[in-house]
Amino acid sequence: MADANNVLEVQEIHTFIGQFHILEGVTVTVPSGSITVLLGRNGAGKTTTLKSIMGLTPPSQGSIVLEGQSLVGRRPFTIAQMGVGYVPEHRAIFRDLTVRENLAIAQRKGDDLERRADFIFGLFPDLKRFYNLPGGNLSGGQQQMLAVARALVPENRLLLIDEPSEGLAPVIIESLIEAIRRLSAQTTVLLVEQNFRVASILADRYVIIDDGRSVVSGQIQDLVQDEALVQRYLGVA
Amino acid sequence: MQRTRGTYMLILTLTVGLLVFSFVTSAGDLGSFGTTLLSGLFLGALYFLVASGLSIIFGLMDILNFAQGAYFMIGAYVTYSLFHMDALKGIDVNLRFPLGVLAGTIIGGLLGAVLERGLLRPLYARPIFQLVLTFGVAIVFGEALKAIWGTEGYGWSTVTSFGIHQSQFEIFGRQFGSYRLFVVAVGVALIVLIGLLLQRTRIGIIIRAGVEDSEMVEALGINVRAVFTMVFTLGCAVAAFGGAIAAPFLGANLGMGNAFLLPAIAVVVLGGLGSYMGTAIGSFMVGLAVAVIARFASEFLNQTVWASITPMLLLILILLLRPSGLFGKESR
Ligand SMILES: Nc1ncnc2c1ncn2[C@@H]1O[C@H](COP(=O)(O)OP(=O)(O)O)[C@@H](O)[C@H]1O
Ligand SMILES: [Mg+2]
Repeated sequence: MADANNVLEVQEIHTFIGQFHILEGVTVTVPSGSITVLLGRNGAGKTTTLKSIMGLTPPSQGSIVLEGQSLVGRRPFTIAQMGVGYVPEHRAIFRDLTVRENLAIAQRKGDDLERRADFIFGLFPDLKRFYNLPGGNLSGGQQQMLAVARALVPENRLLLIDEPSEGLAPVIIESLIEAIRRLSAQTTVLLVEQNFRVASILADRYVIIDDGRSVVSGQIQDLVQDEALVQRYLGVA
Repeated sequence: MQRTRGTYMLILTLTVGLLVFSFVTSAGDLGSFGTTLLSGLFLGALYFLVASGLSIIFGLMDILNFAQGAYFMIGAYVTYSLFHMDALKGIDVNLRFPLGVLAGTIIGGLLGAVLERGLLRPLYARPIFQLVLTFGVAIVFGEALKAIWGTEGYGWSTVTSFGIHQSQFEIFGRQFGSYRLFVVAVGVALIVLIGLLLQRTRIGIIIRAGVEDSEMVEALGINVRAVFTMVFTLGCAVAAFGGAIAAPFLGANLGMGNAFLLPAIAVVVLGGLGSYMGTAIGSFMVGLAVAVIARFASEFLNQTVWASITPMLLLILILLLRPSGLFGKESR
C-alpha cells in the first residue's frame, strides 16, 4: 500500500466537527511532483479534508502519512514544521500586518529568506512593490498571491491550496495559474478548485469528494472526456 | 481613513471637554485643576497596566480575564509586605522597594502561568467556562489574600526608596507628590516598551497575527499554545507590576482588585477590543474622566460614590453609543 512515490497518502479518514460527521471516508493519494486536485460540490468536504491533513480538524479514524511519517494525532504547528504548507480559502492573510510581516511570520530557524525571496518575488513581483503595505490594503488578487507566497517561505514538501481562484478576475486567474504551475516544479501540490477549467489546466490527477466521501479518482484528462461523470458530481458540463 | 480622522477628532473633543469642565468647575484655582489632571494621569497609567494585558489576552485568546484585577492586588500586597517585613529591614531601603516590585511582578507572572496552564488550557473548547473560571479565580485570590493578610487594608509607611514617596514638587503654588509623576512616567515607558515589542519583534508579529487568526498562525508552524502561555503570563505580570508600583501611594487593600478591573474593562471597550493603541489612549481618557468626576462630585455633590461608579457609567455609555470602541473593527 505505502508507495514511496507518494508524498501524501490519506486513507479512509473520518472527521467530526462538533457532533457533525463531516468526512465519512476520504482517501487521497498525492504522487510526488504532481498537482492533485480535489473536486466536488460546495459543502462536499474538500476544505475539511485539507484541514484534517493539517491537523486543524483532526480525523477520528483513518491514516494520514506524509513521506512515511504519520500525521494523525500531531498538532498543526508540528505538521507545518514537517513540511506541509497551507493556503486557506478566502485569502486568509493577516490584514493588519505588512506584506513583509506576513512573510516573516512563516520563516523558520535556518530558512534562507534571501534566496526564497528571489524565488517568491519572481513569481509575484507585486509583492515586492507593496512590501511595506498592510495586507488589508492589497487587491483581492494580490492578497491571494500573498497567501500563496507565505506558504512558500519555508521549503515545504507539500502545499495544500484551497480555492485560489475564488472571486478573482480572469486576468488575475491566468497569472495565478502560471505561478502555481511554476511553483509546482519545486513542490508537490494538493489543490482544491471549483473552477473546472482552472483545475483541468493545472492538475495531473483528480479526486472527487461527494457528501463527505471520496468517490472517484484518476487522471484529469480522462475526467475532462467523461461528461457524464462531471455532470453527475460537479454539475458543470 | 475617514473613520480614523473622526476617531482622533472624537478623542480630542472628549479630552478637551473633560479638561474644560474641570478647569471651569475648579473656578480658576489652577492648583486644584493641576491636582485633578495629575490624578487623572496617575490613574490612567495604572489603568493601562491592568488593561493592556486584559486587551491583548482577549484579542489573542478570546478570554476576558476577570482575575486581572486580582493580579494587580497581588502585586500590591507582595510588594507592600516585603518592603515592610521585619526580617528584610536589614536590606538597604533603596534596594528593598525595587526588590519588592520585582518579587510582586514575578509572583504575579508565575500565578498567571499556573492559571493558564493548569486551568484555562483544558477549557479552550469552552469559552463560557473560561469566563466563569477567571471570575472564580478572582474570588479565590481575594479570599486567599484575606486569609494571609486579613481584611484590614495597609497604608504605606512614610519611608520609601530614593525619597520618592515624600518628595514634592510645586506648580501653581500647590504641592504635588513626585511619586505620582513617577508612576505616570513608568506607565508611559511601558506603553512605548510594549508597543515596540508588538511592532518590532518576531514575537510581536506573532501576537498581532494571532489576534487576527490564531489558527492560521499555528498552521504556519508556530506553537500557539506556548504563545498563549507566554502572553497570559506577561499580561498578569504587568498587572501585578502595576499594583506593585501603586502600593507606595495606594497601599494594599482588598478593594483594589475591582477598583482597577472595572475601569480597565471600560478602557478595553472604549479603546476597541484588541486595539493596543486604543487601550493606551483609552486608559488616560478613563483616568482623566474618573479624576475629573471624582473631584467634581466630592466638591459639589458631596458624594464620593460618583467616582467609583464612573467607570461603569462610561462603559454603559460606550456600549450604547459606540460599541466597537474608538479603534475597534466595525464588525468581527
Ligand atoms: N464548523 C463547522 N460546523 C458545522 N459544520 C461544518 C463546519 N465546517 C464545515 N461544516 C460542514 O461540513 C461540510 C463540508 O464543508 P467544507 O469542507 O467546507 O466543504 P467544501 O470545502 O467542499 O465546500 C458542509 O456541509 C459544511 O456545512
Ligand atoms: Mg471549501
